[in-house]
Amino acid sequence: MPEVTMTVNGKHVKGQIEGRTLLVDFIRENLGLTGTHVGCDTSQCGACVVHVDGKAVKACTMFAAEAEGAEVRTIESMAEPDGTLHPIQAAFREHHGLQCGFCTPGMVMSAAALLAENPTPTEAEIRDYLEGNICRCTGYHNIVKAILAASGQDVSRIAAE
Amino acid sequence: MPKDGGIGASTRRREDVRFLTGNGHYTDDINLRGQAYVHFLRSDVAHGRLRSVDTSAAEAMPGVLRIFTGKDFEAVGGVPCGWQVTDRFGQPMQEPKHPVLAHGKVRHVGDPIAAVVAETREQARDAAEAIELDIEELPAVVDMKAALKDGAPKVHDELTSNLCYDWGFVEENKSAVDEAFAKAAHVTTLELVNNRLIANPMEPRVAVGDYNRSTGDSTLYTTSQNPHVIRLLMGAFVLGIPEHKLRVVAPDVGGGFGSKIFHYAEEAFCTFAAKALNRPVKWTSSRSEAFMSDAHGRDHVTKIELALDKDNNFTAIRTETYANMGAYLSTFAPSVPTWLHGTLMAGNYKTPHIYVNVKAVFTNTVPVDAYRGAGRPEATYQLERVIDKAAHELGVDPIALRRQNFITEFPYATPVAVEYDTGDYHATMDKLEEIADLKGFAARRKESEARGRLRGLGINCYIEACGIAPSNLVGQLGARAGLYESATVRVNATGGLVVMTGSHSHGQGHETSFAQVISEMIGIDADMVEIVHGDTANTPMGMGTYGSRSLAVGGSAMVRATEKIINKAKKIAAHLMEAAEGDIELKDGRFSVAGTDKSVAWGDVTLAAYVPHNYPLADLEPGLEETAFYDPANFTYPAGAYACEVEVDPDTGRVTIERFAAADDFGNVVNPMIVSGQVHGGIGQGIGQALLEACAYDENGQLLTGSYMDYAMPRAADVPFYRVDHSCQTPCTHNPLGVKGCGEAGAIGSPPAVVNAVIDALQSGGHDIAHIDMPLSPSRVWQAMQG
Repeated sequence: MPEVTMTVNGKHVKGQIEGRTLLVDFIRENLGLTGTHVGCDTSQCGACVVHVDGKAVKACTMFAAEAEGAEVRTIESMAEPDGTLHPIQAAFREHHGLQCGFCTPGMVMSAAALLAENPTPTEAEIRDYLEGNICRCTGYHNIVKAILAASGQDVSRIAAE
Repeated sequence: MPKDGGIGASTRRREDVRFLTGNGHYTDDINLRGQAYVHFLRSDVAHGRLRSVDTSAAEAMPGVLRIFTGKDFEAVGGVPCGWQVTDRFGQPMQEPKHPVLAHGKVRHVGDPIAAVVAETREQARDAAEAIELDIEELPAVVDMKAALKDGAPKVHDELTSNLCYDWGFVEENKSAVDEAFAKAAHVTTLELVNNRLIANPMEPRVAVGDYNRSTGDSTLYTTSQNPHVIRLLMGAFVLGIPEHKLRVVAPDVGGGFGSKIFHYAEEAFCTFAAKALNRPVKWTSSRSEAFMSDAHGRDHVTKIELALDKDNNFTAIRTETYANMGAYLSTFAPSVPTWLHGTLMAGNYKTPHIYVNVKAVFTNTVPVDAYRGAGRPEATYQLERVIDKAAHELGVDPIALRRQNFITEFPYATPVAVEYDTGDYHATMDKLEEIADLKGFAARRKESEARGRLRGLGINCYIEACGIAPSNLVGQLGARAGLYESATVRVNATGGLVVMTGSHSHGQGHETSFAQVISEMIGIDADMVEIVHGDTANTPMGMGTYGSRSLAVGGSAMVRATEKIINKAKKIAAHLMEAAEGDIELKDGRFSVAGTDKSVAWGDVTLAAYVPHNYPLADLEPGLEETAFYDPANFTYPAGAYACEVEVDPDTGRVTIERFAAADDFGNVVNPMIVSGQVHGGIGQGIGQALLEACAYDENGQLLTGSYMDYAMPRAADVPFYRVDHSCQTPCTHNPLGVKGCGEAGAIGSPPAVVNAVIDALQSGGHDIAHIDMPLSPSRVWQAMQG
């Protein structure tokens, strides 16, 4: 079995993999980081979004071997070590941007990538950016609202809770 | 202003922190020592006779532990159905066996034929590909009306036909309904399809079976909305394991929407195989597998007729519906088009005569069962569409026509066997007109038209029956279960509480809202209350979460148990303060003696209960733990009015949702933030049904929409911000919280609003179009516009 090495959440990790092992399976099964989820098998749902070398990537679209030497960041690293939530996480909680929580890690990672690229996106830009993240619970209302709020924009005029 | 953390406060959810930080604990996150993996080989034909299943080559593949086929399950029961419907002629429905693994025949694409258990997931999958199948392909039945024709291929050879049942409701009313139609001044008729959907919770199903050789106990970890129901069905009917030797755990569950109510073959398989192999056995569904093995939803073909008198009063409704059961009867499938559909055909209107006919049909498709709303969206859709069509034919305002026919006096006994306890349909319509800014519609339409777009406004009402359900009533209707709910409240010595509820949260936020109720009742901080659910080992027998029942039924059980706690605590407090029990008052977490300044804190009393040194031991047991089972006296009846505004691009037929508003009456509301979130989610799914989603089969029974590549799920850009309101509150009269349930309303109320809006837009553009079936895709709308 080939070996792969990469940096995940700041830690140097390595593991034995099959050539066909997906990055998401390496993260979940080899590293035990189960915050990254698998919601589909056609790279549509976005529950597995992580950051690879700073870019949002669906971890099911990439073989683990392709991440050799890469810098990977998962949902587990977003909050501060003392438990303080990342501003995007805090906004999701404040605005009820999650229900069952399954799509949530991917949503948060996508939102973080969006705000890194575009610090004050419009509502339409947020909705377009989330094309690759499916949520079945929230009807997206509070997700979009939370991302607007996390970007520092006033959401008080958006249809009330 | 509600107390922070009490009833009426938008308390932020305690669940969120674990979900947001990647610390949720879903079934696929469970890996047990020595765990093996199963891969199911599924039929790729819709209907066929299994001539042989040759596993010899596959068994020699690396890592394979054992391959199971239908033969291994001949001795155990089939996957049971939990509801027996009696037909118009007094006969029970036809109920075929649903084997865990197919034997004899395969009956739908996705029917499991063999199960390969191997050391790794990949080895199991590789070996499954080496199994040699010899299947004699048979003609498939897909279309329901074709399935009922003489000579149609039979899904089940042992049944007399593909008709599961022919149900009439209320059969005795039929002649009076026919008579009312004969006398009608106007009759509006509409034929429509309620499109087949796939629930698609974002977490695919997972099952992990475990067997403990030292105790002989089996444990199943599964993605379920109701672990006790799974334990009972699987233990008693499939595998023959008594409840005390079987534990079912449903930890964090990533959405359900009905599809995780049912007992599935894969759960029984993993439990069975774990014992057979003496190793934990895990199955994780892929999404593609979910499309062909999760129960589907809706799939009704209906003709509805509405009779009106010369003053436009509704005088009668008559419907004929074909309801697809799929190839086997899923757990609650027979109840959905009957008792959850026919009983709602009165809607919000005082129509005196109603007759509902439903023919449930077996086809070579995946089983169909409850999906968010379950029967009630189908009832609402046809009723609210035919009313709009009638308004158009009569040239009257659709809101005025509805208002004229509203039920205004409560309680109201409908002609379809239910009694609405409370409601105020004018109030929700008034609220809707305000929040949707209907006055501004004409100006918005003008503005759209200036940009070359057609704009339409769609309005509808809905009612649903929630808080399922009085056990004695559903027993008469064919349910093979009671539908009470349970709670055990355990108070600890230092004053904290653990509530063990039979309800199950898979996104609804019970851990937060249930704690708010306890906080309010006792006057302690909500953080002192822990809500435990999802494990048969530490919760009382409960029926789980579906049908918007958790707060109305499960919450009521919790209230009853907490009342018992408070009553006992008052006795202890009376003893501690040497006062009469009747003089003890509980407020803000302190017990006081009325009219005096004597008081003891909640924690003093709980400590005394467990350290009973100064305690009335002769009269009272130590400890402070109580259980209650609550069986509701009636359903609850949430209702409301919805408005949708759409734009249609006349060049492409593309529909965009411009505005959406919902005015709901859920009775009392515990956490407004959570309630709004439930409505948002329901609306998102309803817009999905109306514009995007369709589960499609070809005429050979091949599933054409087998992944997210083909099945259009609503994305963020497909929906707008919604305006929702639940300030109109007529509290439920028969449960202690006065709550009605909010989980399904959005999915029930929104499809007709969207379709009514699109038809309105097209008619405003001069198109003589009375109806288009969902989903209103650009191609369907464009084709309709071409005449």
